[in-house]
Amino acid sequence: LSSSPCPAPCPGAPSSSTGPRGAGGSGTGMAEEKKLKLSHTLLPAESMKVMAEAMGIAQVPEETSQLLADEVSYRIKEIAQDALKFMHMGKRRKLTTGDVDYALKLKNVEPLYGFHAQEFIPFRYASGGGRELYFYEEKEVDLSDIINTPLPRVPLDVCLKAHWLSIEGTQPAIPENPPPAPKEQQKAEATEPLKSTKPGQEENGPLKGQGQSAAAPDGKGKEKKAPVLEGAPLKLKPRSIHELSVEQQLYYKEITEACVGSCEAKRAEALQSIATDPGLYQMLPRFSTFISEGVRVNVVQNNLALLIYLMRMVKALMDNPTLYLEKYLHELIPAVMTCIVSRQLCLRPDVDNHWALRDFAARLIAQICKNFSTTTNNIQSRITKTFTKSWVDEKTPWTTRYGSIAGLAELGHDVIKTLILPRLQVEGERVRGIVEGPVVSNIDKIGADHVQSLLLKHCAPVLAKIRPPPDNQDSYKADYGSLGSLLCTHVVKARAQAAMQAQQVNRTTLTITQPRPTLTLSQAPQGPPRAPSIIKVPSSITLPVQTLVSGRPSTPTQPSPPPTKYIVMSSASGSSASQQVGGGRDGTFSLQRSGQPRPCATPASISPLRSPALTPPGAGMLLPLAGALGSPLPSLHCPSAPTSSPPDPPLGAVWGPAYQAQLPWEGPGGLPHTALGGRLA
Amino acid sequence: MGIQYLHNPFHSVLSMCITITRQTLAIIYLQALSFIYTDVIPLVYLDTFAVGGGVPVEDQPDVSAVLSAYKQQGDPALYEEYYSGLKHFIECALDCHRAELSQLFYPLFVHMYLELVYNQHENEAKSFFEKFHGDQECYYQDDLRVLSSLTKKEHMKGNETMLDFRTSKFVLRISRDSYQLLKRHLQEKQNNQIWNIVQEHLYIDIFDGMPRSKQQIDAMVGSLAGEAKREANKAKVFFGLLKEPEIEVPLDDEDEEGENEEGKPKKKKPKRESMGSKSKKQDPNAPPQTRIPLPELKDSDKLDKIMNMKEATKRVRLGPECLPSICFYTFLNAYQGLTAVDVTDDSSMIVGGFADSTVRVWSVTPKKLRSVKSAADLSLIDKESDDVLERIMDEKTASELKILYGHSGPVYGTSFSPDRNYLLSCSEDGTVRLWSLQTFTCLVGYKGHNYPVWDTQFSPYGYYFVSGGHDRVARLWATDHYQPLRIFAGHLADVTCTRFHPNSNYIATGSADRTVRLWDVLNGNCVRIFTGHKGPIHSLAFSPNGRFLATGATDGRVLLWDIGHGLMVGELKGHTDTVYALRFSRDGEILASGSMDNTVRLWDAVKVFEDLETDDFTTATGHINLPENSQDLLLGTYMTKSTPVIHLHFTRRNLLLASGAYSPQ
Repeated sequence: LSSSPCPAPCPGAPSSSTGPRGAGGSGTGMAEEKKLKLSHTLLPAESMKVMAEAMGIAQVPEETSQLLADEVSYRIKEIAQDALKFMHMGKRRKLTTGDVDYALKLKNVEPLYGFHAQEFIPFRYASGGGRELYFYEEKEVDLSDIINTPLPRVPLDVCLKAHWLSIEGTQPAIPENPPPAPKEQQKAEATEPLKSTKPGQEENGPLKGQGQSAAAPDGKGKEKKAPVLEGAPLKLKPRSIHELSVEQQLYYKEITEACVGSCEAKRAEALQSIATDPGLYQMLPRFSTFISEGVRVNVVQNNLALLIYLMRMVKALMDNPTLYLEKYLHELIPAVMTCIVSRQLCLRPDVDNHWALRDFAARLIAQICKNFSTTTNNIQSRITKTFTKSWVDEKTPWTTRYGSIAGLAELGHDVIKTLILPRLQVEGERVRGIVEGPVVSNIDKIGADHVQSLLLKHCAPVLAKIRPPPDNQDSYKADYGSLGSLLCTHVVKARAQAAMQAQQVNRTTLTITQPRPTLTLSQAPQGPPRAPSIIKVPSSITLPVQTLVSGRPSTPTQPSPPPTKYIVMSSASGSSASQQVGGGRDGTFSLQRSGQPRPCATPASISPLRSPALTPPGAGMLLPLAGALGSPLPSLHCPSAPTSSPPDPPLGAVWGPAYQAQLPWEGPGGLPHTALGGRLA
Repeated sequence: MGIQYLHNPFHSVLSMCITITRQTLAIIYLQALSFIYTDVIPLVYLDTFAVGGGVPVEDQPDVSAVLSAYKQQGDPALYEEYYSGLKHFIECALDCHRAELSQLFYPLFVHMYLELVYNQHENEAKSFFEKFHGDQECYYQDDLRVLSSLTKKEHMKGNETMLDFRTSKFVLRISRDSYQLLKRHLQEKQNNQIWNIVQEHLYIDIFDGMPRSKQQIDAMVGSLAGEAKREANKAKVFFGLLKEPEIEVPLDDEDEEGENEEGKPKKKKPKRESMGSKSKKQDPNAPPQTRIPLPELKDSDKLDKIMNMKEATKRVRLGPECLPSICFYTFLNAYQGLTAVDVTDDSSMIVGGFADSTVRVWSVTPKKLRSVKSAADLSLIDKESDDVLERIMDEKTASELKILYGHSGPVYGTSFSPDRNYLLSCSEDGTVRLWSLQTFTCLVGYKGHNYPVWDTQFSPYGYYFVSGGHDRVARLWATDHYQPLRIFAGHLADVTCTRFHPNSNYIATGSADRTVRLWDVLNGNCVRIFTGHKGPIHSLAFSPNGRFLATGATDGRVLLWDIGHGLMVGELKGHTDTVYALRFSRDGEILASGSMDNTVRLWDAVKVFEDLETDDFTTATGHINLPENSQDLLLGTYMTKSTPVIHLHFTRRNLLLASGAYSPQ
């Protein structure tokens, strides 16, 4: 058998890569392959010639190479079939090069040494001169390099770990077991409500004492029914009951308290738990109501910190790979939208950085659209419409305007191109009116500033892509009005940046190149003046904060600062110390208030919770949105600002250290998995 | 010989440069011959040809006759016509006969194709295959794939699948009526081509009575060589259990106290006694006690039996209302390398066989694994002391894990001896190794299989063990003989798994030829052939009472067999991938199956077996009607996160232990 040592022109390579080199193919493809038509795939005679040439035999006659090709094809198939046998006996789904070696050994053929199974064998394609080539790039390796590189870490040794897969017929919800309701099932339930013919059983089946076989009908009935129900008329399924075990109630209480509590470390842990733990499915309706109610209450209170906490919860829920949120979007979308476009989100709009929250929430909405928008529910187009409507409106305040633009901009290049760019001129005029015109109010001015930088930030990369290179100030002015010249410089910068990044990994999201407004800057208006152009985010944000704090002379009355960053940061906001402490207290007070309307989560109540019991005292205020599918998009809550309220807790504490160190939407990656859920559940 | 001389060069010329004139000449010549020899020669040719698949034809006597006879049928253009003629006939036959006659399609297709290939009508063979392979039942796809790659006469040498078709007759069961119909049709049409194949390559097992339905046929077909002949399953099988040796149980008091605390001693005790009395009575279906010589019980064995009985009293009675708890042992960081697992009967040790040739033994109890001291140290021990067994152990070697090195290829099977003193492992390197669990060293390497050994298992009474491998035979060994005591030959493809019957008188083997065979240890005969699986068998389990056998295969189905009657009695559908593990609970109420699809499933074994139709008719004809009740029998499905289940074990108290290696996606 020829060991095919060289690039071989085989047009059939992807389908017939059964040769020793293509052995990385997985065995799972077998099932589909069975349905395919069997065909006489043969290596082309060309390949034989090329191989012969590579081995120094020129001028192989046509006939010979044809015979060779037939023979080699047959032998390769034979060996592949034997190799499959080894895969099956090795109880694997993946064929390895080892299997091929053993198959060769069976045939008394010397195995091919030096090939080891890689996860992925990159076949490269090349064509030219009418020939198509699939080849595996082998780099020349310098031996001294290998010798000098430090040894790779020794792989971990095999070990045994025991866990309960089932206890008397019930599968315990522990991290070692798969989540009780896999995402596919949740999705199927959400999109095909008719399927759940047995209400209740599906949800609470695997959970509590529902008899040993409850888990079984769940899984097995699914696939069978699926095809029948395709295209069936939509019927609302009967209200399902989510019962929580005592442990789950405790867990829910702990988590929600930690999420809105004052301890950042605890919050990080709780969010991590929400984002990773399997088996939160049961609690999803409660989390969803908690968030939507929390947003409603706190938007009225202008409690920025709380709103940020709640948005971080939404983010964590979205990040959990085992949850499918579609069923709860009717609560989550209004809440998130509120945080984007609400007229006022904080008590002192001139000082507090509610802009970051709007950006963060806008990003969330974009993610929701990306994940859940379908042609049936039209989430994206409805959201887009809402944003556009409020933006176009002349009377919209600058805050809402900012939110709408941010929301639209996060939806991607296409939306920017079609919806934002055409309005640049109008918007530029409006901004100019505020910035250059008579001073109306400081708040408006800040708002206009932010809108301008937002527009520049989002439009520049898009323009850099769609406009041909010569960036002319005048033409920009002609096209985009007063923002033209600034845009022009930004586009130039964007182009430079894009060129720089061309070598790096090409990220598809446009958000990645955007610097965020830094917390330090927005926190202290007395700090360095906010530049209208792009500001590079310092690699470590906490550092300037500290210098800022130490440089503040206005903290003499401050007792030795408590270890929490919370107080330290608030001193930076430049008000008197007593006020800050009060503000801090008030912040925690309102936290508790928002926590209080969840009395159902008391650990004492042993009886299983029912969904209605969760409705807080202010149930009458429930958003008028019954179902995500049937109802129009949320009317937004933009309550007018109360004139006097205690100040917000400072944002450093709100976003949490993980968010300070990195961009807020990236979340705290790489934290060790908290077993909080596992411990409690 | 003269003709042979003439023919061979002629052949090679044909193969090298196909000149139209010569070929047509040849065909004309041979067709002329055919008019003379049609009715006489085929038999001779076909018999020889049957062997010719694997052996160079030139070595056979009468090759010339064979070839000429072969050629007389060789108008390749007509093959498609013949086949489609038959197809048309079968499709137009009465409904009741159609299903039965449809069984002919596959073997005829294969043999016609092979004949075309053999005669080097490459293009005709290709077009024949293209045209008709889609008609074949889906469970033959694997074989069809092998056939599709086989396009030249040269390929036929040494192709194992080919060899199987040539050396063994494909068995079909057809009712007399259907057979007459077929015969009449073929004679009317003068379709000698097909008739010859039917005569020579097929074994038609004709029975009187109603033709079988499609379902009945589908349940039984699928193996490489068709169904089992009815006679093959007629031999008497002693499936009963051997009488348990009587052992004094002096520990009742202790037990009693424990029970009294729980407040229900009355209930348990009578049951124990009944169990005891049952074992004293000779099972009418059991083999004579000394049919197979079994090793004497040692004192330690007796102790273990007593322990076993004590545990048995605490056993959970399982049933649909009381499912076993499942403890899952996950092998972490195995990097796809775990190939075999076994657990000792008392569930104190787990062994894993790995692709890196190692065998690793873990202790899963707090008691660590210790080896015996060296000879020098042993001589210092006071042999009269009471705790001499404790003293000989070397405390310094205590560890939870012992790694056994010795194999030079992936370890595909492992098995503990019932007394936990030995361990067997078999490997790709063709050897079975016996390891001592006292010293954790290799004692013997049994060489006999020259090819990979896929599975091995100790007899439930120790001493004997069985191994099966790529060489298509299973071998029975005794630990103190370096050569096998029996060789069980008959499978048409690799023997993939082997299991001892609980009474140690029989061995079941599963094979890649999609059949399960039961062999008599005493005389080496094959006493049962079970067909019905549509993929290679990968797991076997005897019910604790020895009456039933469960088998799992790559097709994801579990089939249940009544050994005494030689009948399929159940089909459990649910798994979506290879079933690698099967185990009955200690009392046989629950069957657990573990699969590559990352699930453990529990089945109601009582219900499957309670309403067996084992009336005389069924037994006589082997016609079975399987109810479609898999869903009712399924008691539970338990997903693992991403761990294929490759071993299952019920502890003596009926806790289910499952194991597999975590394989992240």
